[in-house]
Amino acid sequence: MSDTLALDPSAQSDLSAEDLKELYRLMVAVRHLDESAIRWQRQGLIPGYAPELGQEAAQVGSGYALDMARDFVFPTYREMGVARTVGVDMVEYMSTHKASWHGGLYDPQATRFAPIQAVVAGSVLHAVGWAHGQTLSGTPAGELGVAITYFGDGASSQGDVHEAMNFAAVMKAPVVFFIQNNGFAISVPTERQVAGGSVAARAAGYAMPSLQVDGNDVVAVRQATAAALAHARSGNGPAIVEAMTYRRGPHSTSDDPGRYRTLAEERADGGEDPLARMRSRLLVEGIAGEDFFAEALEAAQAEEERIRNGVAALGSRPGTEMFDFVYQEPTHALKAQARAWREESEHV
Amino acid sequence: MSEHTTLSDLEAAMDNTFATDAQQASVDVVEPGMVAAVETLSMQQALNRALAEVLDENPKALVLGEDVGLLGGVFRITDGLQKQFGEDRVFDTPLAESGILGMSVGLAMAGYHPIPEVQFDGFAYPAINQIVCQVGRMNYRSRGTMPMPITLRVPSFGGIRAPEHHGESLESLFAHVPGLKVVSPSSPNEAYHLLKHAATRPDPVIFMEPKSRYWQKGPVDTSADGYSPEGSRVVREGKHLTLVAWGAMVARCLQVAELAAEDGIDVEVLDLRWLKPIDAEGLAASVAKTRRAVVVHEAPLTSGLGAEVAALITERCFGTLRAPVERVTGFDVPYPSGDLEDEYVPNIDRILFGIQRVLEYRRG
Repeated sequence: MSDTLALDPSAQSDLSAEDLKELYRLMVAVRHLDESAIRWQRQGLIPGYAPELGQEAAQVGSGYALDMARDFVFPTYREMGVARTVGVDMVEYMSTHKASWHGGLYDPQATRFAPIQAVVAGSVLHAVGWAHGQTLSGTPAGELGVAITYFGDGASSQGDVHEAMNFAAVMKAPVVFFIQNNGFAISVPTERQVAGGSVAARAAGYAMPSLQVDGNDVVAVRQATAAALAHARSGNGPAIVEAMTYRRGPHSTSDDPGRYRTLAEERADGGEDPLARMRSRLLVEGIAGEDFFAEALEAAQAEEERIRNGVAALGSRPGTEMFDFVYQEPTHALKAQARAWREESEHV
Repeated sequence: MSEHTTLSDLEAAMDNTFATDAQQASVDVVEPGMVAAVETLSMQQALNRALAEVLDENPKALVLGEDVGLLGGVFRITDGLQKQFGEDRVFDTPLAESGILGMSVGLAMAGYHPIPEVQFDGFAYPAINQIVCQVGRMNYRSRGTMPMPITLRVPSFGGIRAPEHHGESLESLFAHVPGLKVVSPSSPNEAYHLLKHAATRPDPVIFMEPKSRYWQKGPVDTSADGYSPEGSRVVREGKHLTLVAWGAMVARCLQVAELAAEDGIDVEVLDLRWLKPIDAEGLAASVAKTRRAVVVHEAPLTSGLGAEVAALITERCFGTLRAPVERVTGFDVPYPSGDLEDEYVPNIDRILFGIQRVLEYRRG
């Protein structure tokens, strides 16, 4: 087995105390916003939401490893924590859950965060294409931009995931396949979803390296992702990181987990809470105390209030936008439909 | 012959005029307005030339697909391009159409202009998810910040005695998808110009190549002077009825028109070219003049593009139409094996019957 098939997270530079505190702040901000969004939905502010409770370490840790000057994120619909970590405007991000715009209102090119993707495994191949574009651009190995594509254990059943991994490996595309194995695809548990129990184990068949990491340990996730990014950035081709975590909440605000798992099972299978775990580490290592935790929570609360107000202030998009973005060069037929809509709906 | 003349002897005439495949294949599409045929090329050569010029003019243009590199594609449309432009610009992918289209989406997001090939029409089915949900929607989803300048070449339609799912007509499937445009050339000259046009647009275009016409030669005027890639085009003027067709059916309709002319029936043939957007005004202009229309396509009848064409004509010409719009199409069956192909694809007989029906129609 060649060296390029090994990923060594311990080779990554150690995180500073300030990094560790920042990781905690991010997780608190994400946790608080996530829990608040469920309340927003219950209060009628937004029609629906897909919570990521329990996946904060996987999302913040992986996002924290990215170099957003050159990397590019391909999310699904449950990557709020990644978006927050890499600096996407959270009002523009949450607008997708306000039903303002499917892909979100943020600029995906400027933020280097692709539009929110509702098609399960829909964007995994896009990451491969974007990454191959980096290879074609003539960027020297060591400086390549890397595409990171997020998907779950459920999505790993899609054929596109196989096609993407095979294409990427054949073309040595700089891609990191980041799987959040959160135990459930809505109601179906991983053991009825992923043969063999591990998506990372498939890497051997594609002759690419992989790491399976404790997805509730934010530092371990950061180190594993950084190792995979370094591998891809150096022109060695793709890598897989599988973060083993647990979806502590429902699939969405319309879901009822009581139909397919018990509270006792949730407690037994959920593993250690990522935030409690980081909090303990900061305390044990003497990096932070109660004042810091209180400040982090206050900051998260203030941030959530700001985002909530921003989301509440989002009006409906103008109806003309239904027509505006279908084409760069709209057809006569579509223009005629837009005119007819305006005449009959806006009486102009 | 007056407009009210019935075609009592048409059937007898048809018995004597049913052409063989070889005769049909020898008919070249007329190129009205072409001053000088600069070169005589097959459609395969014309497409190859167009791709080479697009690759030469746009460093972000890429050709990808199955066997498009060293082999030059199973139809040789990409012949020599990898040698000329290198393996970065013209490259083989693994054998997976969803992968080809999904990868093209990502390349477009990174600023490239991918020109993927799906080897045969039926091979687009495994890529439908990417075509419908991603290629057609990324510009919309991204609010116009991620255009999809993807030109998907699909060798299309029947007529070559090929295996299953190598003879399908998917235009109505594609045309129904918001965000896509669909075009089909009928001659080498059209193939050259329409491909060059499509491959320089900022929107995704499904480019349906009539594979049975790849090897027919015709004049190609490589200067763009006087050529318009927009809308439909009248390839034969006539006054009694309009035959509406695209792709390989245009040549067949021209042949039918010649045969009908022997009986004094003056047929106009409209090459629709763009299947989305359909040139409704061009359709209306022709049918307003002839007052009768027969639309001819290879795809199955039900929900085929002929229904859309008929609706557009009816909306615009209802008051002057002398007969309901006729559809001469494939049947609502899977595309058959080669032995039955000529029974399925609209042949000269069936198109002549369609003409007879619109000419003999009387309001009840």
